[in-house]
Amino acid sequence: MSAVRIFVPRDAAALSVGADDVATALAREIKARGLDATIVRNGSRGMLWLEPLVEIETARGRIGYGLVQAGDVASLFDAGLLDGKSHALCIGRVEDHDYFKRQQRLTFARVGVIDPLSLDDYRAHGGLIGLEKARALAPAAIVEEIVASGLRGRGGAGFPAGIKWRTVLEAQGPQKFIVCNADEGDSGTFADRMLMEGDPFLLVEGMAIAGLATGATRGVIYIRSEYPHAIATMREAIAIARRADLLNARFDIEIRVGAGAYVCGEETSLLESIEGKRGQVRAKPPLPAHKGLFSCPTVINNVLTLAAAPTILAEGGKAYAEQGMGRSRGTLPFQIAGNVKRGGLFEAPFGLTLRTLIEDIGGGTASGRPLRAVQVGGPLGAYFPESLLDTPLDYEAMAAKAGLLGHGGIVVFDDTVDMAHQARFAFDFCAIESCGKCTPCRIGSTRGVETIDKITQGQNVEANIALVKDLCTVLTDGSLCALGGLTPMPVMSALTHFPDDFRRSALHAAAE
Amino acid sequence: MPLDREPDFGTPARTSVTTVTLTIDGASVTVPAGTSVMAAAMHAGTQIPKLCATDMVEAFGSCRLCLVEIEGRRGTPASCTTPAENGMVVRTQTPRLSTLRRGVMELYISDHPLDCLTCSANGDCELQDMAGVVGLRDVRYGQDGEKHRTVAKDESNPYFTFDSSKCIVCSRCVRACEEVQGTFALTIDARGLASKVSTGTADFLTSECVSCGACVQACPTATLNEKTVIEMGTPTKATVTTCAYCGVGCSFRAETQGDQVIRMVPDKAGKANEGHSCVKGRFAWGYATHKDRITKPMIRAKITDPWREVSWEEAFAYAASEFKRIQAQYGRDSIGGITSSRCTNEETFLVQKLIRAGFGNNNVDTCARVCHSPTGYGLKTTFGTSAGTQDFRSVEKADVVLVIGANPTDGHPVFGSRLKKRLRQGAKLIVADPRRIDLVRTPHVEASYHLPVMPGTNVALLNALAHVIVTEGLVKEDYVRERCDWQDFEVWARFIAQDINSPEATEAKTGVPAADVRAAARLYATGGNGAIFYGLGVTEHSQGSTTVMAMANLAMATGNIGRDGVGVNPLRGQNNVQGSCDMGSFPHEFSGYRHVSDDATREMFENLWGVELSAEPGLRIPNMLDEAVGGRFKGLYIQGEDIAQSDPNTKHVTSGLRNMECVIIQDLFLNETAKYAHVFFPGSSFLEKDGTFTNAERRISRVRKVTPSLSGLADWEITLRFAEALGYEMTYDHPSQIMDEIAHLTPTFTGVSYARLDELGSIQWPCNQSAPEGTPIMHVDRFVRGKGKFMVTEYVPTDEKTGPRFPLLLTTGRILSQYNVGVQTSRSHNNVWHSEDRLEIHPFDAEERGIRDGDLVALQSRSGDVSLRALITDRVQPGVVYTTFHHAKSGVNVITTDYSDWATNCPEYKVTAVQVQRTNRYSDWQNEDRENADLLRMIEGSMSHAAE
Repeated sequence: MSAVRIFVPRDAAALSVGADDVATALAREIKARGLDATIVRNGSRGMLWLEPLVEIETARGRIGYGLVQAGDVASLFDAGLLDGKSHALCIGRVEDHDYFKRQQRLTFARVGVIDPLSLDDYRAHGGLIGLEKARALAPAAIVEEIVASGLRGRGGAGFPAGIKWRTVLEAQGPQKFIVCNADEGDSGTFADRMLMEGDPFLLVEGMAIAGLATGATRGVIYIRSEYPHAIATMREAIAIARRADLLNARFDIEIRVGAGAYVCGEETSLLESIEGKRGQVRAKPPLPAHKGLFSCPTVINNVLTLAAAPTILAEGGKAYAEQGMGRSRGTLPFQIAGNVKRGGLFEAPFGLTLRTLIEDIGGGTASGRPLRAVQVGGPLGAYFPESLLDTPLDYEAMAAKAGLLGHGGIVVFDDTVDMAHQARFAFDFCAIESCGKCTPCRIGSTRGVETIDKITQGQNVEANIALVKDLCTVLTDGSLCALGGLTPMPVMSALTHFPDDFRRSALHAAAE
Repeated sequence: MPLDREPDFGTPARTSVTTVTLTIDGASVTVPAGTSVMAAAMHAGTQIPKLCATDMVEAFGSCRLCLVEIEGRRGTPASCTTPAENGMVVRTQTPRLSTLRRGVMELYISDHPLDCLTCSANGDCELQDMAGVVGLRDVRYGQDGEKHRTVAKDESNPYFTFDSSKCIVCSRCVRACEEVQGTFALTIDARGLASKVSTGTADFLTSECVSCGACVQACPTATLNEKTVIEMGTPTKATVTTCAYCGVGCSFRAETQGDQVIRMVPDKAGKANEGHSCVKGRFAWGYATHKDRITKPMIRAKITDPWREVSWEEAFAYAASEFKRIQAQYGRDSIGGITSSRCTNEETFLVQKLIRAGFGNNNVDTCARVCHSPTGYGLKTTFGTSAGTQDFRSVEKADVVLVIGANPTDGHPVFGSRLKKRLRQGAKLIVADPRRIDLVRTPHVEASYHLPVMPGTNVALLNALAHVIVTEGLVKEDYVRERCDWQDFEVWARFIAQDINSPEATEAKTGVPAADVRAAARLYATGGNGAIFYGLGVTEHSQGSTTVMAMANLAMATGNIGRDGVGVNPLRGQNNVQGSCDMGSFPHEFSGYRHVSDDATREMFENLWGVELSAEPGLRIPNMLDEAVGGRFKGLYIQGEDIAQSDPNTKHVTSGLRNMECVIIQDLFLNETAKYAHVFFPGSSFLEKDGTFTNAERRISRVRKVTPSLSGLADWEITLRFAEALGYEMTYDHPSQIMDEIAHLTPTFTGVSYARLDELGSIQWPCNQSAPEGTPIMHVDRFVRGKGKFMVTEYVPTDEKTGPRFPLLLTTGRILSQYNVGVQTSRSHNNVWHSEDRLEIHPFDAEERGIRDGDLVALQSRSGDVSLRALITDRVQPGVVYTTFHHAKSGVNVITTDYSDWATNCPEYKVTAVQVQRTNRYSDWQNEDRENADLLRMIEGSMSHAAE
């Protein structure tokens, strides 16, 4: 009988709560006890409130033990860990966990399951089927498969990926590029990171498919510097893929590391940054699909977009399109964060309501206090009050309520939140992250902070609220990119749904 | 009244065979495809508000004032970055747009000082204009908010200031530095509201900035502002004229208040420069009113006498009587003259007319003798015309550019910028130069091949390039058969195919690795449009004319003559050296390069001028000096030329001058030659007269009078009055009449007149019935001489050889901030960049001689010695030393020899065998020259004790 496999996540979220210590303790204990067991460092299952989540492979399946600390290890062995025996930390079969069972994992199918850097594991779990299928197809046929899937850009803008690929396929250029945007900077998002750390070959495969579809022979993954583990894992995966001839002169990938600017997640700034220039937004047109990286035709897609391609090619675009609602097809790995009981990654078809996700799946606020606001789609997303929780998570449905779905990040606030402060934070975030190119964002963001401060100090409150609204119009209609263009979204949602928070000083004064 | 500005279309003009038609504010307009909505609106007569857009640089889309609404499109796209499309319906004024623009402007002004009335850009500020246009009435944010970072005003550049607090961060300066100038000296530092323009160094002066002025020109506010404007206020009048520095011939708007020049601004409509400039033309014009200017005529009997200021009448009478006396005493051929390449066409034409018709001989020459005479000879022999083949704009279509013996980024900076722009777009570059000039590697430009040829071996190198083309079957045979003389070609091809011309055989002489020569030859022959640009590093050699012909051979063999993007082009040194040659300044040629022995031509001139003309070519400058040393040549009229400094072997020049009995100098300053003169006619600067200059593209451009002449007479009037005193009457009221006479007498100028020049802006000759608007590109369907003529170009080493006594080769060149012998630029603030000439020497050669950087070293040749400070650099190769010759005290031409081009006598400035060693003293010549300088320049009254 072969050695028992023990899984300890190498995902950064698990590491941050002691997974490495747990792994060390496990190894020490295995040696001390002379046991026949090996430790596999897997990705995270996405049930982050349970990390470090240790799993044992048994005949009954993988048995999980949540919130394991190094000090728990001896007692786990004592309880019969290697046989998946019961223990206070045991959660039973991981796949049977309600949080996990209710998901529909397409993109994250292997994350947490396999050894991320084992190409054999990857292949054994259905990897590379999409690429093999793509190799048998003409470029235009691959593109049509993506078009048929209805896949939209997962970075936030939701532009149809197939159309973008088709544009690049049809564009003329001596060199074409596939650029992966892994500058995941939105607050409350971590799906890109988890995927790169948990299933890096999926991204490699997705980019290789995009290369075949468009005629690009070079790929670049732009990863934010704040993701050292993802960078290391991707680098290693690329080296393995090269040795396996998965990457070669016909298509190769390099990693570029960001330098800490949020705006470099904006696609044109990202291209500037890769070119070695200051991360500054380019005016469009020309579109990157026509003149992108080094002025060559370029597909620039988010990690999750590219990572969806292998599934689409393997299962067919039609099968993928059968999931979801409205014009939002397929699944989205939602990320539940903030003041919530069960935070983590939850992949499901579009169309789930916010309420289901937060109350049912997430278990409500972690503090136990009433929920007051939910910000969906990162720092530029709208704050929704409780009354809007029945909005389905779908690009159009969110837009209809003056919000956005973005990259699927959801941040929950309880009733202690001050929404005027959150509005100020939105402007301040914009002021700090502005590249400084366009006037509305460069100057307007700072003026926004100053004006909110005047409001909260009770100076000419109504006139200054009107000024903030005018400023928001200038930012929305006048900004060069989404940073300035969407900063009004959290501000205006706060003003609309939580007007009293802006008039506290006046109310306070009136009360005196 | 503020000045009318040139119209700004906001984005650069596009050329396209297809057009698009769209509707803007109800008006239909048709523009070339690729034109922005903003520029299309300008064509339709609508100025869309803008701040970050200007038509000198590509659209940027940052200010967000130019937003428009387009039917069927979401949002409010920026009109500068949105290309016009067929059927587009655009609205530039709606309530929504007004609100947005006011909102944007409100933000701008919340971050801007409110000192408009005392601001140096008051009335000349686009921010101020736009605040008015959008109707900003209130800044609700107040003025107490955070401002973008303010730092102390940077006044380090001598010509302009940088005041960050007034900056609106439109990046126009940054983009102009990148796109127009190609220096990349500026950037935006920091982000968000803290964003600010930065040189990346302490200040502008210590940065990479070359002070071309493109950033100042681009700045919409007072952030980058000329110091003259800050001191004197904004100009009220603009006069379009032509720069008097190099052969690029940039067009400028001379902006004035009354008779004071406030600033010189490059003219966007000028075809030579298209709105760009360099530090010299843009800023270094202060010499025109420098205190050293001589504004009164002066005479003296002996050069050791002090000068005596006299009336014009007395000066003319004295000069004329002396010349008449000399001719009576020593014969008709004992006098002559030199025309100036710095004066106008009309003025040089008059001087040669005076000499031929008034002096009665052909003893006229010009400074082209010492620079581009081999160009004239070589290109006339092979192609049939003594001039470059292209316009500058042609380089935009070149795919491979071969630069030989030229340093465009220093010597011809505005063309250099244009070339760099093309190279950044992907054209390939081959540099053949002994020295690693900046073009070899400069931001975003890198030469594919640098062929570091040993001075004096150009012909061997060019033959080797041709050898590869011929022996590897890269000759464009169809072209050669159709366009060139096939028999000549065959003779040449047999010659060039010989092993002695192979890269492997020539490597030992040229020092250029054979593999690089082969690769460069293949690139030039097969890389698409191949264009050759060259300078004095080609011509100023004993085989200068041969080198020019060798380049012509290369171009013909590869079919690179007669269309856009190709050609053989001299980068000419002086503003009007092309013109002075065209005007008949050579002893053997009338205007339009027709030999004086040609009876029909001579007859035409005789009929019009009413005198008999000599059919014998006259003396060239070196011959005049030889004759003077021999005692047979006694009088010389020099119009704007400083042969004692600019001509080789200074000692020979000065002994010739000392032997003359009447030397007349017509100049702005008491130059080096004036030390040996008897009559001084105070000339006029280019700002003080009307006329025309002809640049290296054969482009004739107007020079317009901007300020009154300080001496009271323009140079053409001086020649006129001198001729009158000599008894040869010429009657012209205005230079335009002189041009009419030139046009009448010169077949290539038939269509040129001041009226036509006003109409067309400028004209490239030939301009006649078959080319009524001039000729941008020559030899299009056939060569001017009929069939292109291949010339056998055997390499003959110069007699100037290195040996144990003189083991190093000296070559010379120019630097950006200074101009030629420094008469003008050394009287400007440009000295902050280059205050002395330095000797560049390779670290190996320096170490061998114990020389450290900055040491004073003696530079000795067979002709003489001078001392300079050393600059140790590997820009030069071992065995080669290099210096500039801008400062009179360097006396570099004391070193240079008498060797010259076999065909034209153009001196071999570029090759001198020298020795270099450490020293602690200046040379005897330098010390003596310094003493003489004061002695020979004394003016009565100005140094009272000397006059007493």
